[in-house]
Amino acid sequence: MAAMDEDRTGRMVDTIDPERWVEQHGDTLYRYALSRLRDPEAAEEVVQETFVAGLRARDQYTGRGSEGAWLMGICKRKVIDHMRRRNRVDGATGGDQQADPSLALFDANGHWRHDTRLRDQLPESAMLREEFWQVFRRCLEQLSAKQADAFTLRELEGMTSEEICRTLEITPSNLWVLLYRARLGLTACMQAHLES
Amino acid sequence: MLRCREITKLVSESMERPLPWYRRLEVRVHLMMCGLCRGFAKHAKLLRNALRRHPERFEMSEDERARLSSEARQQIVATLRKLQS
Repeated sequence: MAAMDEDRTGRMVDTIDPERWVEQHGDTLYRYALSRLRDPEAAEEVVQETFVAGLRARDQYTGRGSEGAWLMGICKRKVIDHMRRRNRVDGATGGDQQADPSLALFDANGHWRHDTRLRDQLPESAMLREEFWQVFRRCLEQLSAKQADAFTLRELEGMTSEEICRTLEITPSNLWVLLYRARLGLTACMQAHLES
Repeated sequence: MLRCREITKLVSESMERPLPWYRRLEVRVHLMMCGLCRGFAKHAKLLRNALRRHPERFEMSEDERARLSSEARQQIVATLRKLQS
């Protein structure tokens, strides 16, 4: 068994068959990148970057752990690089002014508007329903790109505030505003679309 | 007295860093009285728990059949071949 593993690893390091590689791992990497970036073109780009980096760094693949997991590790870094780049471009135009969901939810005095409906209690089991995830995903797409990226890095990638601030080149208070707007926007959108 | 807008902002901020004790107290008292703010707080935390516990469900949702397009596939294979030669 050990000998076979060695042999398989050896083959992989020597000669990668691009066709097999893309066949075997392409869709998984693509789905991951698409879920984080919400942009098919960007996701394809990142998948290509991942394979290229994988090919260049194939000597570093120790054969410990699966090839898929190793490529996924590369892909995660490429996704974050991509977010860094696209937010740098956006960053020049300033902020996130147009996308403040609190304007629609609170009145001038800072109280909830009369027609606001938020359920006090959404059961934990909601997260087990397919509907929850579909609605979440659609609502995430409605946020400004910057809010959605900040939220994704924080809650899906589990990065710390400091890491995100460095990645997106923003201050902690900028980040808190982005996360607040993301959470507020997601809550209002999801509760409007989830059936009770 | 803080209004709902500030309270919800503090709720979100408390998920990022510890609040000073008097803010924590103010938020807690407000949440006891205000169902809408409580709804927001619970939803924000539910999202955090859901995404930590089930990231795979997020990746699979809707895109279960999302596949790399054949054009992208061919392009990637061609790029890798070029690098190999």
